[in-house]
Amino acid sequence: MDELRILSPTAILGYGFPKDSFERGLAKEPDLIGVDAGSSDPGPYYLGAGVSFTNRQAVKRDLKLILTAARERDIKVVIGTAGGSGGTPHLQWCTEIVKEIVKEETLHFKVATISAEQEQEDILARFDRGKLSALAPASETTREELIASSRIVAQMGVEPIISALEAGAEVVIAGRAYDPTVFASLPIKEGFPAGLALHMGKIMECASIAADPGSGSDCMFGILREDHFLLEPLHLKRKCTTTSVAAHTLYEKTNPLELHGPGGMIDLSATEFEQHSERVVKVKGSKFIESEEYTLKLEGAKLVGYRTLSIAGTRDPIMIQELDNIIEAVKIAVKDNFEDLKREDYHLLFRVYGRDGVMGELEPQQGIVAHEVGVIIEVVAKTQDLADTICSFARSTMLHYGYPNRVATAGNLAFPYSPSDLKAGEVYEFNLHHLLQVEDPEELFPIDMEIVVPGKSYSV
Amino acid sequence: MGFTYRKRGIMLTEKVNIRELADVIRSKNAGPYELSFDIVFKSFEIYEQVKRSGVFTEELIADLYNVSVDEVISIINYDAAKAIKATIIRPRSAGAVGDGDVYGAQQHAPLLGIEIEI
Repeated sequence: MDELRILSPTAILGYGFPKDSFERGLAKEPDLIGVDAGSSDPGPYYLGAGVSFTNRQAVKRDLKLILTAARERDIKVVIGTAGGSGGTPHLQWCTEIVKEIVKEETLHFKVATISAEQEQEDILARFDRGKLSALAPASETTREELIASSRIVAQMGVEPIISALEAGAEVVIAGRAYDPTVFASLPIKEGFPAGLALHMGKIMECASIAADPGSGSDCMFGILREDHFLLEPLHLKRKCTTTSVAAHTLYEKTNPLELHGPGGMIDLSATEFEQHSERVVKVKGSKFIESEEYTLKLEGAKLVGYRTLSIAGTRDPIMIQELDNIIEAVKIAVKDNFEDLKREDYHLLFRVYGRDGVMGELEPQQGIVAHEVGVIIEVVAKTQDLADTICSFARSTMLHYGYPNRVATAGNLAFPYSPSDLKAGEVYEFNLHHLLQVEDPEELFPIDMEIVVPGKSYSV
Repeated sequence: MGFTYRKRGIMLTEKVNIRELADVIRSKNAGPYELSFDIVFKSFEIYEQVKRSGVFTEELIADLYNVSVDEVISIINYDAAKAIKATIIRPRSAGAVGDGDVYGAQQHAPLLGIEIEI
């Protein structure tokens, strides 16, 4: 095999893509359609709660186009980080959508699902054996912290996906996976250099974001050869330039010259970006350096409470001037009124938009210069009921608080909604961002092979 | 605001706002515990000039974001993209109680005031 041709329809499964671009990609006869279905960017809630941040109908729309086109032309499909976070409920959610499409479109194929969610007991045992290490700037973890995790996933490397492909899978649905693996597994299986395959995957996982103008909802085509790869956006109004592709390598990374992943790192110190033709960039020189120990990244989230919030604004210049004092007074009033509660029972926050609502303590500008400000009163408490109670009390206290020099005695806050208080439910935090040393890159990722036909599936 | 121009081989320097020198000035999470800033310059010439100016230091970033120098993880010049990248430790992990920007995509504004003598 001299070259491997890959189509990346969209940056995240469910973000959509134009049919025209997709068809232009199909005309180029891809060997693989790869799609990254997840990210930790939308925050810890989705991992913790076991739900996807993407919309079901939107995911189904994208998947239907991908699966029907791929089966017609015998193109392999690899989906990574299924369901947004790649845990077991996320994987099931995605698989269920695939089976719906199989039924509606009368498709049949061999599918591999690869789990990435980890048993707490197993991770604890590995922790006791000293196999976990913190990935800076996260701090070392503890047994208590691991036990507190609602869900733990490990980011798989290429190895489990290669095994699934070797076992004859035509469609691979992987749980949490290192993003580039979606694109790099098939080429590495076919003997292409890992450095180029993974670097190409790193760029292609964001589809046309690396083009100019960039878009996460449009398709990118990649051709991998022995000593280079080519990238071409599939919408004619976009082009890849050496700057757009090189700049993309910076994105969401600390050091763009060393991209660490399962089992090693992509070394970009000798990478060259070359304008191959007007819309196509050629990349060469990227290398993969295997690490001595094979490590996998673990991600975990824990439940920290339940949230209720109230959104309001003020347009009163006297109130705005007194705002810091008013907030302090409301906090004290809450504390006095619920004196039986301990400090750790609830967090009461006032987010002031127009002051530092966006940047918090990183905000260098002092004071408020706006003529109006937005205030979010937010409570995270150990129960939803308590969050409701504290939020309600803080809101009514702030609404009627008699601050010095007040002239507007009817109420201090403008509420855009009735009810004014909104229950936001469970609140999670990331609590695991650690490396786990393993003997076998596949030991944490069981593969389930099935033949799916409309309305049925057979284990194989 | 200002500009640099050449006249009879003499380079006159002035302070120029970074917005005139860069196409991209952005922030984004680099994982849930780090916040990374990218500045992609308009040309390789400008990028080299900015690099030579030595303006981008850990102290500058620490100062702009009210953090200690220890919390600045790195400043990296990335020649291939004519870009400078700075990364700091997030005050709290993405989406933790009290975080105001889960994606970290709106933390770039203090960079827009940087003036560079070139």
